Amino acid sequence: MYSAPQWSFRPATGNIRYGMLPREAVCTENLTPWLKLLPCRDKDGLSALMDRPSIYKSFYHSQRLHLTSNKSGPEGMNPGIILEQTLTVVLQPNSQRTSVTYSGEKNVQPSWSLSSIFGRKVSGRCVLAKSSNVYLQLERGLVAELKKNKNNGVGNIASEGFWSGTGFELSVRPDKVFEEENSSHRRGSSVLFEFSIDKYSDSQPFDLGLKWKFPVTWSSEPAPLHASRFLMGSGNERGAIAILLKSADLNDASLGTCSSSNGYKFRVDVFQVVPWYVKVYYHTLQLFVNGQPKAVGDVIETIHVSPSKDKISPGVMEMVLQFPCDVKSAALTLEFDKGFLHIDEYPPDANQGFDIPSAAISFPNFYTSLLFPGNCSVDKSPMLSKFQEKNPVLSYTEVLLVPLTTPDFSMPYNVITITCTVFALYFGSLLNVLRRRVDEEERLLKSKAGKTTPLSGLLSKLSAKLRGRPQETPQSPSNSSSLISSKLLLKVFLVAVLAVAWQYYFG
Amino acid sequence: MAKTETEKETPKMKPRPIVRLGIFLISHSFLVSVVCCTAGVLALLLLPVLAKNTYISENALMPGSASSLLSNHDIAEANRLVNELSSLNLERKDAGIESQKILARYMSDLGAEVSYHKFHPPQNHFHPLHFFSSPHSGIIGENFSCSSYGVNTVGIIRSPRGDGKEAIVLVTPYNFGRSDSSETLSLSIAYSVFSLLSRVTWLAKDIIWLIADSQYGEHESVAAWLRDYHTPSFTGLVSLNADACVEGNNLYISKDNSVVQGKISDGFGRAGTMAAALVLKVTDRNGLWDDTLSIYAEASNGQMPNLDLINIVNYLAVHRQGLHVQIQKFWSDLDLKWLEFLGKTFELLGKVARSLNPNWKFGIPASDYIEGTTTLASSLYYQALGIPTGPHGAFRDFQVDAITLEISPRVSSNNKARRNEFLLRGGRLIEGVIRSVNNLLEKFHQSFFLYLLTSPSKFVSVGVYMIAFALLVAPLPLVAASLYADANELDFGMKNDKYTPMDTASNEINITFRSWKWLSAAKEVFVVHIWGVIVLLLPYFICQMRDWSPTTSFVSWVFLAMLSLLILYLILGSPFSHGYSLEKGEWAMLKSVTISAIFIGLLLMSVVNFATAEIGALLMVPMSLMAQPLKPDIRAASLRSFFRVICNLVLGFVAFPPVTFFMLKGIFEGPDCINLGDFWNWLESLWAWNSATYIYIGMVHLPCWVLCIHILLHSC
Repeated sequence: MYSAPQWSFRPATGNIRYGMLPREAVCTENLTPWLKLLPCRDKDGLSALMDRPSIYKSFYHSQRLHLTSNKSGPEGMNPGIILEQTLTVVLQPNSQRTSVTYSGEKNVQPSWSLSSIFGRKVSGRCVLAKSSNVYLQLERGLVAELKKNKNNGVGNIASEGFWSGTGFELSVRPDKVFEEENSSHRRGSSVLFEFSIDKYSDSQPFDLGLKWKFPVTWSSEPAPLHASRFLMGSGNERGAIAILLKSADLNDASLGTCSSSNGYKFRVDVFQVVPWYVKVYYHTLQLFVNGQPKAVGDVIETIHVSPSKDKISPGVMEMVLQFPCDVKSAALTLEFDKGFLHIDEYPPDANQGFDIPSAAISFPNFYTSLLFPGNCSVDKSPMLSKFQEKNPVLSYTEVLLVPLTTPDFSMPYNVITITCTVFALYFGSLLNVLRRRVDEEERLLKSKAGKTTPLSGLLSKLSAKLRGRPQETPQSPSNSSSLISSKLLLKVFLVAVLAVAWQYYFG
Repeated sequence: MAKTETEKETPKMKPRPIVRLGIFLISHSFLVSVVCCTAGVLALLLLPVLAKNTYISENALMPGSASSLLSNHDIAEANRLVNELSSLNLERKDAGIESQKILARYMSDLGAEVSYHKFHPPQNHFHPLHFFSSPHSGIIGENFSCSSYGVNTVGIIRSPRGDGKEAIVLVTPYNFGRSDSSETLSLSIAYSVFSLLSRVTWLAKDIIWLIADSQYGEHESVAAWLRDYHTPSFTGLVSLNADACVEGNNLYISKDNSVVQGKISDGFGRAGTMAAALVLKVTDRNGLWDDTLSIYAEASNGQMPNLDLINIVNYLAVHRQGLHVQIQKFWSDLDLKWLEFLGKTFELLGKVARSLNPNWKFGIPASDYIEGTTTLASSLYYQALGIPTGPHGAFRDFQVDAITLEISPRVSSNNKARRNEFLLRGGRLIEGVIRSVNNLLEKFHQSFFLYLLTSPSKFVSVGVYMIAFALLVAPLPLVAASLYADANELDFGMKNDKYTPMDTASNEINITFRSWKWLSAAKEVFVVHIWGVIVLLLPYFICQMRDWSPTTSFVSWVFLAMLSLLILYLILGSPFSHGYSLEKGEWAMLKSVTISAIFIGLLLMSVVNFATAEIGALLMVPMSLMAQPLKPDIRAASLRSFFRVICNLVLGFVAFPPVTFFMLKGIFEGPDCINLGDFWNWLESLWAWNSATYIYIGMVHLPCWVLCIHILLHSC
């Protein structure tokens, strides 16, 4: 499922194709195609760290391919396509959750090393790689905490003694240390350590380790609004998608660039792709800001909707929202109907439900970029230049699971049997009608007129008896009918005895 | 004329075989109805014999395949929590808030996300239009006071490697402030499981632990939480909490200092689509032999959870933890001679069958039969009531499979080692069930949803128990058709009477006139059904009188119902004082239309709630089939007619809903505790829970009963 967003991912120009796979069963082979694109696969260089068990043990992992066509190389590059491969993994070092504080005492946060996290070490770079670096970033919050703890008032953190002096110890001496140019962030500036692995080899592998000396608690910088998405309603007929945005920390006026005095508003972009079998009614969009319902026009600056086409294209919604600066919580809901799929279109395990891929919510006024002083050899490293790019903060919401109505998958068999029965009945009676000549029966009956059928006589007698009325034709046929009925009964009884005997001896 | 002559010469044309079969059945409707009704009752009594053993249908569940990880360490932790909770001074006013804080702290220490959920208990109103609508959609009253609100505590463990799309819910009702030791035991079982689950690596679904504040009823708190989970209101609650109830907010203010991790949020904790829910309760009803586990599964309108859920609980409880599993049953202390006799008969039959052919597995021991019948009866009764038997009913309203597990220890929980063993067993059971559900990739769909239980490990599926109902109902259309034919003096060509060639034109007119005769009867039936609807809606007005006792309400209801019947007859013309010729066919026509109405009503009800339809059919079908005017029978004064009169009177008496209720109550609870107000209370509970049984009683049962009585008293 892919779509073409128009202005949600802004820095890119030209046509964007955006695809997402909401569900993929975990398998160690998932990484293989991605690794195959690397020059040394996972045999050498940094990618040797890609130990499948440790990666799939992670709390989160995502792999990303970013293809940009570069027709007119601006920097003298050859025209072609640039491929960027990104693998994001969130790991917990040496999971110590079993002995988490029961009595409230604080443990020192676990120390780690590359070999303890990945189970492997890096032995030199891939021969095909131009440069091969490992970066270690200390977040702004952490650096601020460390500064506070150090209390020495040493101004320059990036000085030589920092990485061994404060709070933690690195097992490998970094080649370069960058400190972010302190921009508008009041929390401090993050620090980046660069390790070049050119000089390591098999005999002396690169194994970066970090050892904490005393406990530090910090929290990583959250997005300006915490976004979550959930389903509303129940039943197999309809439901609603709700996106809830909540201000991350109420104490900190983190909406830094937003000040209510000059009438500037806080901008949020929402981009959402919904598969066609979830039929979203975009006119039912409702908006609540700080618990108050708002007219759609008050908050939405621009909206672009391309409704889904059945079995062809998913529904895409892009919105630019402008919130007032004091926004604490905002919610938007969209109602939908659940569609029906053809029986061939159900995936395996259809009763699990269907996934709606996560919505992307970007905050164009906030950037993830780190600005480093220009004096270092920044522009040499592609990674560092990537860090410096002005990308807006992007947060992805949860994947939703929509239970759709699923047929009973043994149904085809039932359908076949019942259709065959219906067809047999239909054609049988049709042929019966076609074959029969008009008045044939009457003629037949006429030929044996005069004698009443014994069965009907019996029936009339029985019915008359049951009604408690005297039978009106107490004539000779009663004799014969009783005789016949006793014969019939005898026959039935014989057959039953035979069946029981058969069952008893051979069953 | 020429045509009649040819017909005279030739015998009638033979109709098609299927038509002939129908005519045959109709003309022998008496025999057929006797056979069918007997067979229907017999089939119902045979159900315990026909019950099959349960089996786990979904292979992915794999219950009990992994060994339990719950250790004494978790139990010790849980005991610490319980000690802290019980050391709280219960006399204090804010003891409830204190214990909530303790629970929240323990949960967040485990790494769970904790949130509080405030709710107002809904008032008991009669909403005539809320039947079949979505449960309590947005009926938050305006005039609630600040003091009456409950607070649920919700803890969520995120599965470390799952995708967070699905969740398993564990519910422990807990009455903050006024809790007893057994409720605390249920908390400690849940906490020990929760602490284990916060460490395990195999979790694929999130775990929600809901500590439901049960001071306003267990079901209410769970339902309120589910309602806010599925249909949150983005507007109301924020302002409500902020300005109206300042006092209640100290819960949120005080949390800041106690929790470093900042995991307690005042928002609403959510975790995806719910896969299954377990409600855990501990009662102090001491089992005689062993720790017992009672399973409650009936939700509103007789909906049941998937049988697989009961199966895994039963399997794990019996084969892994050695618990004694039971489900509700009636008459456990009554000795019923006829039931025993029946059981012995079936046992004997089974033996005979086996001696004929060892492959015929028919017949169960008599004791099993009695056990199965009593369980089946309670299963039918609770499904027919349409009232959920526990907090799990709230989940079924949102298509989540849920059951209530009620564990009761063998001895009272004073002995410490014994108590720890009990905790370990209960905890391992819950852990095993959660682990099984966690294995599940799809939601529960493999096994049965329509079934009756005859024991925890035996069930009767819909295909089998439908037969009893179908047999009971089958004679209704036949009898209706035959009565209609009799009244119209139609013959279907079966009676080879001498066809008297009358004046054709007058005959035609006569036939057309007679064939529309059913309209007046239909009108009468319709009027009585309208009266039924009025009776159904009367409680709405009676409810407005707040200070009436149940007995007064009931009496006034009966009075109003009779008054409305009188008024309706006055307005729309009373059939009692009808002037038209009282020919013999008139009551038969009325009976025919009544029986058709009963047939349609029962069939519709069997779709909505099968058990109600089954019990209703047991009461209604014999009565409606027997109904005949009493006068000629009394005049005849033969033994047969006397017998018929007695049958009619007894059946008509028994089928009157209040009489049925009081009789059952008298049988179960002894004749001395019958109170007129009880029936009112019972009906009130029916409409308060939006049970379809209430509609059935008002719109099918009562009008048809009145019509039958009308036929009995018919003056012909």
